[in-house]
Amino acid sequence: MEFTSPVLNYAQLAPMLIVFGGALIGVLIEAFAPRASRFSSQLFITIFSLVASFAALVNVRNQSSADAAMGSVAFDGAGVLLQGAILIIAILSTFLIADQENFTALAAAIPGSQEERTALQTDLRVTEVFPLTLFAVAGMLLFPVSSDLITLFVALEVLSLPLYLMAGLARRRRLLSQESALKYFLLGAFSSAFFLLGIAYLYGYSGSITLVGIQQSVVGGAGNDVFLLLGIAFISVGLLFKVGAVPFHAWTPDVYQGAPTAVTGFMAAATKVAAFGAILRIFYVSFANAEWSWKPAMVVIAVITMIFGSVVAITQRDVKRMLAYSSIAHAGFLLSGVIALSKSGLDASIFYLFAYGIATIGAFGIVTLVRDSSGEVGDLNRWSGLGKRSPILASTFAFFLLAFAGIPLTSGFVGKFSIFSAAYESGSTSILLVGVLSSAIAAFFYIRVIVLMFFKDPVEDGTSVVIPSALTTVTISVSAVVTLILGVYPAPLIDFITNTALFIR
Amino acid sequence: MTTSTSLVYLIALPLAGAVILLLAGRRADKWGHLLATALSASSFGAGLYQLSQMLSRPTEERAVTQKLFTWISVGSFNIDAGILLDQLSICFVLLITGVGTLIHIYSISYMSHDENRRRFFAYLNLFIASMLLLVLGDSYLNLYVGWEGVGLASYLLIGFWNQKPAYATASKKAFVMNRIGDMGLSFAIMIAFATLGSVSFSGVEEASHTASQATLTAIGIMLLIAAAGKSAQFPLQAWLGDAMAGPTPVSALIHAATMVTAGVYLIVRSHFIFDAAPTAQLLVVIVGAVTLTFGAIVGTAKDDIKKALAASTMSQIGYMILAAGLGPAGYAFAIMHLLTHGFFKAGMFLGAGSVMHGMNDQVNMRRYGALRKFMPITFVTFGLGYLAIIGVPPFAGFYSKDAIIETAFNAGGIKGILLGSTALLGAAITAFYMTRVMILTFTSPERWEKDQHPHESPWLMWLPMVILAIGSVSTGYLFTRGDSLVHWLSPVFGEHEAHEEHFLPVIVVSGLALTAVLIGVSIALVKYQFSDVDAEAPQDVSIFTRIARKDLLQDTFNESVFMRPGQALTRILVKTDDKVIDGTVRLVGTTAIGTGSALRKSQTGFARSYAALILIGAVALIAGIWVVTQ
Repeated sequence: MEFTSPVLNYAQLAPMLIVFGGALIGVLIEAFAPRASRFSSQLFITIFSLVASFAALVNVRNQSSADAAMGSVAFDGAGVLLQGAILIIAILSTFLIADQENFTALAAAIPGSQEERTALQTDLRVTEVFPLTLFAVAGMLLFPVSSDLITLFVALEVLSLPLYLMAGLARRRRLLSQESALKYFLLGAFSSAFFLLGIAYLYGYSGSITLVGIQQSVVGGAGNDVFLLLGIAFISVGLLFKVGAVPFHAWTPDVYQGAPTAVTGFMAAATKVAAFGAILRIFYVSFANAEWSWKPAMVVIAVITMIFGSVVAITQRDVKRMLAYSSIAHAGFLLSGVIALSKSGLDASIFYLFAYGIATIGAFGIVTLVRDSSGEVGDLNRWSGLGKRSPILASTFAFFLLAFAGIPLTSGFVGKFSIFSAAYESGSTSILLVGVLSSAIAAFFYIRVIVLMFFKDPVEDGTSVVIPSALTTVTISVSAVVTLILGVYPAPLIDFITNTALFIR
Repeated sequence: MTTSTSLVYLIALPLAGAVILLLAGRRADKWGHLLATALSASSFGAGLYQLSQMLSRPTEERAVTQKLFTWISVGSFNIDAGILLDQLSICFVLLITGVGTLIHIYSISYMSHDENRRRFFAYLNLFIASMLLLVLGDSYLNLYVGWEGVGLASYLLIGFWNQKPAYATASKKAFVMNRIGDMGLSFAIMIAFATLGSVSFSGVEEASHTASQATLTAIGIMLLIAAAGKSAQFPLQAWLGDAMAGPTPVSALIHAATMVTAGVYLIVRSHFIFDAAPTAQLLVVIVGAVTLTFGAIVGTAKDDIKKALAASTMSQIGYMILAAGLGPAGYAFAIMHLLTHGFFKAGMFLGAGSVMHGMNDQVNMRRYGALRKFMPITFVTFGLGYLAIIGVPPFAGFYSKDAIIETAFNAGGIKGILLGSTALLGAAITAFYMTRVMILTFTSPERWEKDQHPHESPWLMWLPMVILAIGSVSTGYLFTRGDSLVHWLSPVFGEHEAHEEHFLPVIVVSGLALTAVLIGVSIALVKYQFSDVDAEAPQDVSIFTRIARKDLLQDTFNESVFMRPGQALTRILVKTDDKVIDGTVRLVGTTAIGTGSALRKSQTGFARSYAALILIGAVALIAGIWVVTQ
């Protein structure tokens, strides 16, 4: 057997390689650096590799090639945009993660044990969260540019495994946090199994594991259609699980609530970009010609997801759970971009992902600031009157909520407008109707929170707003400014996306 | 059309001032007012530079544009944020920045004891920037942005002393009345876009040649409503008197020289619409004629010096609207009167501020008297403004008002006679009430309250008054010498035939106007100078005086025509809303919450049930795809 040495386009792989490298250095720091200097060096390495990765990405932004790594990675305009969005969101999230108030002192200690108390007293810090973040980001970067199913699966696991761990790192209510981490892991493994089954069926159908190979089989129509349908269904289960679409959403509220809030924000924003990036690539590249088979089912899932997320969010009394259901509803809105299956659908999806991700980071950043003596206050009733106590903070949160609701002059409006019009153009009128209807329902609970903050009297129960650290302030204000700019003057970004977003085949 | 890249500085300079002052907060307290004044002055300098550039170019290349950025671009719907500086807008630019700078200087001293002076100057700069945006926009949409901007700035400035509830109410009233006008403007823009397919001035002008009469009339009427709201014209005039609650420099800048004339600008700028829509044009004339009489009558009954001046402003703008409604013959005269009025009315408002400054903020003219001796500079500058407004030659108002009266007579037929006579009558009443203001304030015996020590204002306050007084004396002559302003503006409105029939010889019209003025002045002299004036307003007066004191029942009118039916309508709507709409919403809400609670139960917290859900979902998905494909 002849062995050919792989040809790799290092420039195009550099964004991912840099982040992987940073993660490995982080592991070394964790093992060898003295405890005192770990936090600062980890933070530095993390930010540095993310920024360097972004710079490397900017450097190759106009390139495009189908075999950046022997046909396993497709480097193209859409990939660049998605990776850029992931990196920006990751940088903002890292600023939130750097506020160590939210993280347990020693992840390995049993909750309530003497070991935990000692760790708390000696003021230990979990610096391992930084390399974990970098590993997750690296997986996310790879996920939307994978062009064969094996790489896709590897990327899925690389991004998921660190997230399972990160979900269990909360400082307070640790049992809840660990429970959510375990749940996330079990269900994630379960859905990965579906994903692998899907890969097997698709290989059986086409004899190929590359996205382009599958597409050619679909066009040729040579294979066994049952295998194709099973493959599409199983792959979809795995991917829809990651984005939290109904009925594969059940983990979302529990994990969003249990995980440290900074991690929740990171998960909600960055994972969504990566997972939807992969969904868009697979459906636009491989399954586009088998539209007849999956589109009706996908429409049903999108509709159920939008309605379910919006309706259930109304009854939530915990801010993080409410945001979790809101993220489910947003997954439904985003699915309409997949269903549109057109250039404008792709453009709108990418814009929506970026806008939603940024606003999400900002909103969760604010959630980290509302605390009482025992940590963050999730109970919405205790948020009442917040507008009177901290007007700026409450107004900013209200602004993010308005963006989620899609009110004009926020990025959310532009995103919803473009994604629904793309769906409408491609003939999915039902999506448009349900989308607008559930947006209205969703607006109800966002505005309920705003009313609660501004028109109810404050409760005197020790709930207070802590003064944010400089990095948290940066994250929140950058998110707010970007959300505003994208709402007022979105033309440059839309033009950029329109000119860049393209899947190479 | 020539393009330029330096136009944006006109707006950017004062805008930067507003932003810096508002963001810097208390830190800027020491130097904020100086920065604001300097920026306003440099914007004036930029205006002068643009004027010199303009003069150096041949007539047909004088208008310049600058595209700033593509504002909205959705499919074929394209709007650029752009600036248009032509012969018309440069007049406004110089008036706004020139008078604006003088008022900045005046306010340094006038507001020196106010702890929020920096905020005041920030709002002033914001106002200047918005007003410049209004007159420099190259489309109705850009104009609209400035239009709302000046509305906001004037709301902030009128309510500047908002710790007093009456003042807060006044600013609210101005705000609500202006909304009606703004609605007119937005309707005009929407109609223009829907039927003419464009909102830029050039685009609408081009499309107006082929548009239907009905469309143009509709746009014209909507624009007239907008103009009436902003310029305090009948029937939306009620807010101007109450707006006098704001600091006096604000009244001088916003409610005399600039913002209230925006309506005139709007109509003159839209000349191509009104020229092609005679019905709308006729309405403009009627509104102008009614308001000029209305304002003049109200002015005769006011004892509050600022409210008297406000009524007079209303009346003078009525003249401008009247002129603007007279078509190509009147546009240039409307602008001329606007410019001369900007000088003499701003000067008189500043004079009123100076009087109030010396009299412990007393505004009741019945408590003034004999101030001539104590405030000589104020007396002289105010007096020059007075001579200008009543139209005594060779002061500015004589030229501009005479031109309007003459054009009104020349409108032809019975319409011309009616309009001309109204304008003449207005001139007589103007002479009466302005003489009354002069006598009560400066020349009659003193009727002060205790502990009054009138004194002349500091030089920072009288200097702007002097400069404005020079303007009140000279501008009329400058603008009419060789018809300079008319020629200057003719490229904007198109050349019109100057040799039309004169209804009356020019000299006769001037004679009639002067006679009217003389009659007005004489009555005022007899009534106030040569007989005693009560320090309290007499109560046993005729029904007409009482009605005039109540602003010709404008509030009663508003209450019975708008407020009460409005309240009744609101009550009905609230009831409907409560029972029908809320009922539905509650039903939807209850259903949603009920469904939500039911669905929430699916969230058991057990990983095994979640996994089962995923499994069921997967099976359902496969089944679904299966069913669809079979």
